[in-house]
Formats: sequence, structure tokens, C-alpha cells
Amino acid sequence: MGFFLEATLGGLMTGMLYSLVALGFVLIYKASGVFNFAQGAMVLFAALAMARFSEWFPQLLGLDSKVLGNLLAMAGAMLLMVAVAWLIERLVLGKLVNQEGITLLMATLGITYFLDGFGQTLFGSEIYKIDIGLPKDPIFLLQGMFEGGVLVNKEDLYAAVIAASLVISLSLFFQYTSTGRALRAVADDHQAAQSIGIPLSRIWVIVWSVAGFVALVAGMIWGSKLGVQFSLSLVALKALPVVILGGLTSVPGAIIGGLIIGVGEKLSEVFLGPALGGGIEIWFGYVLVLLVLLVRPQGLFGEKIIDRV
Amino acid sequence: MNTLTEPTDLGPARRAGEVIMDVQNISLAFGGVKALTDISFDVREHEIRAIIGPNGAGKSSMLNCINGVYQPQQGAITFRGQHFRHMNSRQVAEMGIARTFQNLALFKGMSVLDNIMSGRNLKIKSNLFLQALRIGPAEREEIRHREYVERIIDFLEIQAYRKTAVGQMPYGLQKRVDLGRALAMEPQVLLLDEPMAGMNMEEKQDMCRFILDVNEEFGTTVVLIEHDMGVVMDISDRVVVLDYGKKIGDGTPDEVRKNPEVIRAYLGTSH
Repeated sequence: MGFFLEATLGGLMTGMLYSLVALGFVLIYKASGVFNFAQGAMVLFAALAMARFSEWFPQLLGLDSKVLGNLLAMAGAMLLMVAVAWLIERLVLGKLVNQEGITLLMATLGITYFLDGFGQTLFGSEIYKIDIGLPKDPIFLLQGMFEGGVLVNKEDLYAAVIAASLVISLSLFFQYTSTGRALRAVADDHQAAQSIGIPLSRIWVIVWSVAGFVALVAGMIWGSKLGVQFSLSLVALKALPVVILGGLTSVPGAIIGGLIIGVGEKLSEVFLGPALGGGIEIWFGYVLVLLVLLVRPQGLFGEKIIDRV
Repeated sequence: MNTLTEPTDLGPARRAGEVIMDVQNISLAFGGVKALTDISFDVREHEIRAIIGPNGAGKSSMLNCINGVYQPQQGAITFRGQHFRHMNSRQVAEMGIARTFQNLALFKGMSVLDNIMSGRNLKIKSNLFLQALRIGPAEREEIRHREYVERIIDFLEIQAYRKTAVGQMPYGLQKRVDLGRALAMEPQVLLLDEPMAGMNMEEKQDMCRFILDVNEEFGTTVVLIEHDMGVVMDISDRVVVLDYGKKIGDGTPDEVRKNPEVIRAYLGTSH
């Protein structure tokens, strides 16, 4: 039982991180109807910027404090992501208003390769560290109930808390501010949103910036766990089944989808792994998504599309 | 048309003023299809101006030209002396022109309150960070706008639906929300795209009453398009009639009703 709980908790925490990347997909899809393939590349780009800035800034300014250095680096990386958002709107999406979804998808594919390459040109292509002071030591919970207690990685716990609070504050922002209202309005109907004076281009820059911010946080957490390297941009491939499972248009869907896949792949690895020869984590999400799509083509929480015939 | 400088016989409260919108020689074509040919008319302040015509006459195209959705190939539209060629809908909205949609373009997933609040978008001044943190001025501003929106909700008699998601409401009420969202912009000119389409008699009467009330209480100029002649004749000050993208009549409802070309367009030649 203790072992089962341990695996579940571990899965929940990984799942939270999947949710974070998936959230970036959903935000952009909702507001502009663009399936942003570049979300993974944005995670890599943001993490690279963060890693290098936290090296460079203290050197340049002669700072000793690690906290201050990290904060400055984070602010710098965030500014960079806003600039990226603005450029993407200006140079790519702004020119493609009212084009087919497939055109926009191809455009984001282009952005993916550009960001992958440009990021490594700017910041170098080695493996870098992000050290934001997450504690690495494990803790034991519920020692009274089980022998040996439940082992939890403290770093994972912190990461999950950060991810959860980010998700909550984003949903509050969307629900209760006038800009959030404008974002939802654009997501619902571009034409009507324009007719009441909502500037589409500004909204898109905001959405891409928020997605950039989410990418930065995800990049920092993944990066501090595994180091910053090219493979980070493949995190997107892990988030893809999450997005489809939860439904492309649903923020809660992205979160719950992430948790389901996180827990599912951990448990199946632990309990089915020995029988099937392991490696389940890699394909579990995709198989689960295929099964769900058979029953609910719009994902678990996506909007059902009803066509008038 | 000089009768229009004096109050018409439709209601003493009507006070048609200066020309505020002037549409000159508009032509619009989609590829080889001519949607509008050489249309000119004007709109006076505080009046209710109708554009009518059979299906496919070009009414919606005309409205979309005024709204900046389409850019006419020829002609010009002036609003309060300002030309607006090459303006998009957002810029038109900033000039004080609001619209409703024929096929309802409400934000379906959002509540009635949020839909109408989103109409206040242009009036909201506090920046993103103040909003996110809900600090003083942003909070007070939100409350002020909410008060205004509550007045609109009272006015349209949809108090009971405040928190209902718009997509779940009956059609006639959704039309009211559409009107409410446009009113929230405090527009000088309100463009209504078939406000009565698909409604039953009772709903039509309600809608007429709202349009007249808006016009009288706020002095909002109304430009509406409709293909149902009956209702429009009762509430409009002046009517433009389009057929096959050309203007075939313009004047008071009585003048238009007697116009032989209009009769032919609506009823056919041999009657």
C-alpha cells in the first residue's frame, strides 16, 4: 500500500509538470485557434535564457547573492519571451489572420525549428544547469501508518506546488479581470470581439506572452531537475497526449489530463512493467488518448461541436 | 426629404438633427459578383434609419462596409466629418459605432454579465498589472463599469439570467444580450443587423420597444436592416430600400410604401 501511494504521488507530481506544458498549448489554442507546435521549443528557449542569464548577470554586475541573480535572470528571460511573443504576432501570425488551421500549424512548426536553432546559437548548445535552490533531499510522509513511510522527493513537491499555484492564479486572472474577459471573448468569436473594440493583435501578444511565461516556469522546473539541453523541447511530445486527452479548449482539462497521464504511466510502469518488459512510460499517454478518443472525440473536457446540417 | 428636419408624425420625442454619417457612392464586389453598386444615403443624428430589401439585396454587405468588415472598392463613408476608408472593425468601434449580428455572435461560453461587461472593453483604462493584482483603481473602475452594465441588464429585463451562460438561453433573449453588449459601448450609432430575424410576434414587439426606448432615452442614432417590412415601417424615421445591390428608394416610410419600384421589388411586377 505504501508503495502504491508512493508511485501515485510521484505520478501526480510529474503530471503537474505535464499540465504546465499542456496549459501553454491550451491558452494559445483557445485565444487564437492556433495549435502551437512551438510550445516545446519555447520551453527550451526560455530555459536556455534562464540558465545563461543566471550565469551572465551576476558576472556582469558583480553580484554575490544567488537569489538576486536568479530573480534578475528570470526577469530577463521573461522580457525575452515577451519580445518573442511580440515578434511572432508581428511577423507571422498577424500576416496569417483568417487562414486555415493547417497553415497556422505549419507556421508554428517553422517557429519551432527557428527557436530551437536560434536559442542554441544565442546561448550555446551544451548542457547547462539551472539552480533555483530547490532542495534535493527526500522526505518521508505518513511514517506512522506504513513501515518506512512514503518516500517523496522534496524537489518534486516544491515543483508541484509552484505549478499548482501558477495554474490557479492563471485561471483567476482569466475569470476575474477585464483583460481575462477580453481573452475569453476573443477565444469565442474573433469578429464580435473586434466589433466591440477588442484589439486582436494586442490580445495575441498577451496570450503568447502568458504562454511564454508558462514555458519559462516549466523550463525552470524541468531544467533544474534534468539540466537544460536540447531534449527539453521534446517535453512537448509528452504534453501532446495530455492536451488531446483533456480537450484542446479546456484549462481544467489540461490539468486533469496531465495528472491522469502522470499517474497512469507511473502506475502502469510499476505494476504492468515487469509483465510487458518495461518502457511503458514512453507510449502510455498515446495509447490512453487513442482509447479515450474512440469514446469522446472532443477529449474529456473539450467543447462538443454540434454542427447544424 | 426636407420633411425630416421637422418632427415626423411617428412620435413627438423624435428629434432628428444634423447629418452625422454620410455614405457616398459605395460600390462593393466580391470577385465578379457585384454586391453593392453606387449606394449613397445619409444618417441624421438621433434618427432611426432602416435599410430594407429582399433577401440578397446587399443589406448586410452595406452594414459590413459601415462596420469596417468589408472595404468597398469605391466610394467613401464619412462619420462626423471623418473619412473612414481602410478602417477595421476595431477602429470603427473606437469611433463610437456599435453593432449587433444577424446570426448572433455572442461569446457563448460566457455569462450574460461577462458578455455585456466585455462591451465596456474600450472604456477600461487600468493596466494589466493593476487588474491582475486587483489593486485600488482597477477594482473601483471594475465596480463603476459593473454599475453601468447592471443598468443595461435592468433596461433589457434580463436580470434573472445575469449568471446564465449565453449559449443556454432562448434565442429571443440572446438577441437582447447582443443588443446589451452593443449598448455597453455607449455608442453614438448603433447598427442592428436584422434584430427581429427569427423571432415570434411577441419577441418582435419587445425588440421594437427596446429599440425605440434606446433611441428616445439615450438619443442613440440607430441604423437597422431588416427584410420584414411591416415592423420596420412602424419604428423608422427614414428608410433606404435596396434591391440587387442598387438603391431603389429612400424616404419616409409613407413615401417608400408608395414607391412603385419598391412595390415591384417586394411583390413582383404583375399584381
